[in-house]
Amino acid sequence: MNKLLQIAQGVFLWVDDRLHIAKIYESTAGHHVPKSSGSWFYVFGSATLLCFMIQLATGILLALVYVPSAAEAYTTLEYLTFQQPLGWFLRAVHFWGSNFMVGIMMLHMTQVFLFGAYKYPREITWLTGLVLMVLTLGLAFTGQVMRFDEDAYWGLGIGAAIMGRVPFIGGQLVNMMLGGPIIASETLSRFFALHVFVLPGSVIALVSIHLRMVLTKGINEYPQPGMLVRKETYDKEYAAILKKEGVPFFPKAISKDLIAASVVIFGILACALVFGPKGPTGPPDPVQIDTLPRPDFFFLWIFAIAALMPDWMETPALLGGPVIIGAILVALPFFNGTGEKSWRRRPVAVMTVILTYVALGVLTYLGQTSPWSPDMGAWKGADTPPEFVKGRSPLELQGLLVVQSMQCRNCHAIDGIGGHRGPDLSDVGMRLTDAQLVRQVIQGGGNMPAYGKNLSPAQVDAVVAYMVTLRPEGVTPARDSSQPGRPPME
Amino acid sequence: MNDEHKPCACEPKKPDRRGFMLWVGFALNGLAGAMIGIPLLGYVLSAFFKPNPLEWISLGPVDQFPEGQTRFASYENPNHREWDGDTAHIPCWVRRIRDNDFQVFAINCTHLGCPVRWFEESKLFMCPCHGGAFYQDGGHAAGPPPRGLYTYELKVENDTLWIKGGSLPNLSNPNI
Repeated sequence: MNKLLQIAQGVFLWVDDRLHIAKIYESTAGHHVPKSSGSWFYVFGSATLLCFMIQLATGILLALVYVPSAAEAYTTLEYLTFQQPLGWFLRAVHFWGSNFMVGIMMLHMTQVFLFGAYKYPREITWLTGLVLMVLTLGLAFTGQVMRFDEDAYWGLGIGAAIMGRVPFIGGQLVNMMLGGPIIASETLSRFFALHVFVLPGSVIALVSIHLRMVLTKGINEYPQPGMLVRKETYDKEYAAILKKEGVPFFPKAISKDLIAASVVIFGILACALVFGPKGPTGPPDPVQIDTLPRPDFFFLWIFAIAALMPDWMETPALLGGPVIIGAILVALPFFNGTGEKSWRRRPVAVMTVILTYVALGVLTYLGQTSPWSPDMGAWKGADTPPEFVKGRSPLELQGLLVVQSMQCRNCHAIDGIGGHRGPDLSDVGMRLTDAQLVRQVIQGGGNMPAYGKNLSPAQVDAVVAYMVTLRPEGVTPARDSSQPGRPPME
Repeated sequence: MNDEHKPCACEPKKPDRRGFMLWVGFALNGLAGAMIGIPLLGYVLSAFFKPNPLEWISLGPVDQFPEGQTRFASYENPNHREWDGDTAHIPCWVRRIRDNDFQVFAINCTHLGCPVRWFEESKLFMCPCHGGAFYQDGGHAAGPPPRGLYTYELKVENDTLWIKGGSLPNLSNPNI
């Protein structure tokens, strides 16, 4: 037994003498970290990296079957999903892995921000992290193009339309993005090259620098309120912390990372098994225009912004917004590189985070429900509840027919049924007078097209007669207060 | 404190063989790098500089487009590749006002490029993405689009409708 141990030790020493494993261990996995950093708040970085490794593995396996050709990508996706053994599972894990990666990366960034980890001397760690964020979002966007279905096709159209707003070189940028003047085979090929070679390769390179910085400058100690960062003294203070309560990252501070890692894997597995892969939706056939293009979850907020901004603001915001946000994030460790780290004494930081999450959450919710999109089939399919039909005169009923057949319902709901682009008409008779209704129908305005040319005077009369009746029971029609004597048209 | 380096600094500078070789090495690699790098850049940037090749495309006999109506039509991208698959088929809206008076609109909404749909009854194009709407002549009716629909250059020859197409219109490049 003793002899066996001796041999084992001899072998280890021999290998270590050649490979310097002990030395590598000391300066990497075994490097000393402040004991306080072994916290649940510090698990998101390694969890993001774990997601990336899952993406690498599943991505390589998907590439064994996937064909990046505009003519065949969709067919191979269907094959992957329905015929290739476990293909659906790989697609599901890859899709949910990407969602988890973006989500956990955001948590990681939030934690780093709230714990002041971007401050002196970890500026470059923060900057490489920002590049990694852009690369990750790039992977997410190019990834949804890989799922070469109708959403991918029109998503590319949206990307091209945003590019086309760049002044002077917009047209050329569109061609550069699409690999030609139109969405076609070269578009898919170049997004494939980006998604599979350029972006993952860049992520690996940047992660190397990112982790290298964690080793050279050390992981952020758990900030204590009142412990201010000063450039002159911080390095000495950090060294003192390490001396006093430093522990080797492996095995003393890694346990929570490990548990978090398993939670992430279980989470991805659960989502993959319960929800399965996304799509593919219909084939990428531009002639099939009966489509509702929507981006993937993490871009819905941009989709919502594009719908809600005032028109004049759109191009400056779409093009300038990323530049301004990027500039602020890049500048952050330089204009706010010292001082208080703890979020307990940084109310502005906390407010920034809350506002950002509330804004993203609300915009994502709106993007999901898209109340601004007309309901293209409402004019054919939307019901009119009986109380909005009962007791109406023939003229008013004719008005209802016009409302229905002229696609008004695509944008206007009655009793919540129909599109939500414009106001619900259920109580419009209470809000607008007959004269206002006539004007609105004929001239439009406030985001409504003018119907004057498409409706005969008789049709307008009928529509308005019907709409005046749309009001809660017992409520009189809206009246013009400047002409109190004039009775309503009814 | 830098005493031990001082003698070197005082020595007269003379052409050093190793230093010279280093510079030759830099120069040769710079040249070689440029010879490889410039063509690579040219390859990547060719899409940036290539002009849009628009070509005349037939949409078929004018008879299939009734006067006073707007009809869906599609054509094959004139520059399509064999491996383009479905993406080679490009849709458009053809409005025949009367006789040989036509308007052909791109399918793409001028807001963010989604496909607009035509509604004959209300004579409106509506976009499913952000609710842009256009009148039958392509003019902006409502919603966020910054301009009316993109129109194709067209001609009628021998009772056949021709349009000039082959690119994805956008605000910088409204010619299709």
